[in-house]
Amino acid sequence: MKVITLKKGPVDTDKIFKVITLLAATYVLVIIALIVFELVSGSFPVWEEEGLSFLTGSDWNAVEGRESFGALPYIFGTLVTSGLAMVIGVPISIGIAMFLSEIAPKFIRTPLSFVIELLAAVPSVIYGLWGLFVFRVYFKDWIEAPLYNMFGDSIWFFSGTPFGLDIFTASVILAIMIIPTISSISREIMLAVPNSQREAAYMLGATKWEVFKMAVIPYSKSGLIGASILGLGRAVGETMAVTMLIGNATGPAAFPQSLFKAGQTMSSIIANEFNEASPAGLHIHALIGIGLVLFITAIGINIIAHLLVARVLKAHEGAVQA
Amino acid sequence: MITTEQRAEFRKRFRYNVNQRLITDKIVKIIVFACVIVAIIPLGSILFEVFKNGSAALSIEFLTQIPGAIGTGEGGIGPAIQGTLLIIGMSSLIGVPIGVLSGIFLSEFGDNRFGKTIRFFNDVMAEFPSIVIGIFAFLLIVLVLGNFSIWAGTFALSIIMLPIIARTTEESLKLVPITYREAGFALGIKRWAVITRIIISSAKSGMITGIMLAVARIGGETAPLIMTILGSSQFFAGFNGPMDALPLRIWRLSLLPYESAQAQGWGAALVLILIVLSINVGVRFLFLRNRGKASFWHPRREQKWQR
Amino acid sequence: MAALTNMTESTSALSEKKKYKVIAENITASYDEVVAVKNVTIKFKDKAVTALIGPSGCGKTTLLRCLNRMHELTKNATVTGRVLLDGEDLYSNAQDPIIHRRKIGMVFQKPNPFPTMSIYDNVAAGLKLNGLRDKAVIDEIVRGCLQMVYLWDEVKNDLKKPGMSLSGGQQQRLCIARALAIQPEVLLMDEPASSLDPIATQKIEEMINELKKEYTIIIVTHNMQQAMRVSDYTGFMYLGDLIEFGETRQIFENPRNELTAKYVQGQFG
Repeated sequence: MKVITLKKGPVDTDKIFKVITLLAATYVLVIIALIVFELVSGSFPVWEEEGLSFLTGSDWNAVEGRESFGALPYIFGTLVTSGLAMVIGVPISIGIAMFLSEIAPKFIRTPLSFVIELLAAVPSVIYGLWGLFVFRVYFKDWIEAPLYNMFGDSIWFFSGTPFGLDIFTASVILAIMIIPTISSISREIMLAVPNSQREAAYMLGATKWEVFKMAVIPYSKSGLIGASILGLGRAVGETMAVTMLIGNATGPAAFPQSLFKAGQTMSSIIANEFNEASPAGLHIHALIGIGLVLFITAIGINIIAHLLVARVLKAHEGAVQA
Repeated sequence: MITTEQRAEFRKRFRYNVNQRLITDKIVKIIVFACVIVAIIPLGSILFEVFKNGSAALSIEFLTQIPGAIGTGEGGIGPAIQGTLLIIGMSSLIGVPIGVLSGIFLSEFGDNRFGKTIRFFNDVMAEFPSIVIGIFAFLLIVLVLGNFSIWAGTFALSIIMLPIIARTTEESLKLVPITYREAGFALGIKRWAVITRIIISSAKSGMITGIMLAVARIGGETAPLIMTILGSSQFFAGFNGPMDALPLRIWRLSLLPYESAQAQGWGAALVLILIVLSINVGVRFLFLRNRGKASFWHPRREQKWQR
Repeated sequence: MAALTNMTESTSALSEKKKYKVIAENITASYDEVVAVKNVTIKFKDKAVTALIGPSGCGKTTLLRCLNRMHELTKNATVTGRVLLDGEDLYSNAQDPIIHRRKIGMVFQKPNPFPTMSIYDNVAAGLKLNGLRDKAVIDEIVRGCLQMVYLWDEVKNDLKKPGMSLSGGQQQRLCIARALAIQPEVLLMDEPASSLDPIATQKIEEMINELKKEYTIIIVTHNMQQAMRVSDYTGFMYLGDLIEFGETRQIFENPRNELTAKYVQGQFG
């Protein structure tokens, strides 16, 4: 049935409005396409020059005439720091989510989750500043040095005198930064578990933790994985805090050799060197090439995470109990 | 049929491990609480250190002057503050309209495959490495215009804002009951007018929350500014040259080996955190009706059964 | 509204405790400020089925959930009174509720098997909790419980299949088996057939008629015909009060209270 309009002009204003909003919505697609285009064309020279060995090489020489660039150490650096951040951050985040969804008394839930979200609001550069002048000192003295003293000779990733500006410090700060993301999504997912499941477990005489283990975790497992992967996506893209704490090694020395040695990630090397790289040579194209690899990595991770979480949340939304 | 006697027999086989289970339960509760503490301590420390070290550096001169000679500890962060305010203002001029219109599209016209695609890519864009967006703005704007400028920085930051605002706008609009729209149509009001006059005013608080949170987010962004506005020691000198911003200045100061530079860095950090946190906290308290954060995933569910 | 809160027989307290498996004594239960159950006392006979009937909101489900201390899991829920199981007060502060909950099995309105577990694991879930490790014994219990709910023949070759692969009626029987597996003396059923089709409902009612030979069953139902079919005793509740309690036949054929009469005649529902 057509809506009866009081005025009928020559122009369909509704249609115009719809088109305007449609154009605005399509903007994001255009941007993403442009990003791909610009990154590919901007890095083209280095692909031409190095080919696929750009991805497998570890040189980093910007001297004219002997230019040679390889991204592998930084790809590793990103994977190692993000991976370590996950190892530390995911359990803590799940714990926080469990506390907020199952254990905390009602009055504490909202303020506490607000406080955790504030962690996400702190700018990355301030994390870096704090990490550089405060955290690093304690971390080096209380954690890194003892570990080095105990295991420095025996375990390879504890070798090398720790100075605080290294992969370990950067990873820990990264873990702190991704905790709000992972814990808040995990909490949503846990809350989405139907109460009838919990009741069934309580009926059998389960303690709170057993209810959680029996009814909540299996039900939300893939969603929790999705939340963690989203945290991984965030860690991969994190730049400033990492740049300020990772020690900035380049070339083969940047391969992650020990937790206590300096390293470099894809995002940190771009931040460090972009403004110094002259557009004339290959250097800047190498950095843009790293940007392209970073882009693909981050998008791939985020797509997987989104699919996992969306599938879980949708399944619960339309869940038919029997 | 399991008889009463058989039941008693079976029950004898149960281990009387109740105490052990209760202890495990208690231990888990403690561990989990410890996780919360572990997360809160850094926040407390950051706020404490920023306020402690930063307030020592604060003064009128510090807030209004240009940086002095490196290492002298003189001068201030005036250009940085000005730059941050300018750039978040200009970025909002682009990011907010496009974001809001996208959100309107997704909410009112987006219940189809195309809408799903847009939503998906918005989500992907939202958690994107911002430094790559900086490279993009560098290639598209800086290289084309031939200089670092506020245009490039604005472009980059608006891209970051966009998906956040689109999502929160969509969610806020979706919370408005469909009956509002139906009432408007029944009165013969055109759809665009129903949306802009009626629906948006109902969704206003949620939308403003989302916008303010996006503003706070880009206010703290550093990476995309590195290769777009470059940084500067002078106040804003026009649309065609480099400029400064707080996060950039903090980073640059932190790289200098001088104590005085560090002190100034803390001061700048204090100003930045005050801006960012007051937006975050203010938005929560001013718009109490909007529960939970501008979540990318779901409006918070009402938890009726809790323990 | 005048309320009858006690059964008419009176015997000495001790022998009463022996005659009745479960005694709910002066139960008052609330959610927030709303009082859902007002000072109700009922004595449930062993190896018999007692039905709780009444219109929506009368408090029958709340009362049921008080019997195995599930009511207090809801936020802002409070309960006072005593529940005696074989003479022991479940609400005495001496022990954690989890100890008492496993003495009583419960089945809910909508079947809620654990979706990530197989049929076998669903039934065995409570056993694993209680530390039973002996696989042979678990097998025996699983088989016994599935037989009691008439599911064994249907699933004996498919025990590893997911619990959710069963039909609605089968899932509900699976949930009953799960509740029976922890060897309770009492089985609480909260409108167990209300989401099922008539054939599945019939199966459940047949099962109840068999189970009552060995178990104490308390069933909440809004279906009066069902109450007539399966129960030996019936309690009629209205707005939180226990209006009348007695043998099922008497309640339905010869109710003493006017409100009861109106309800069983279908004048309100």
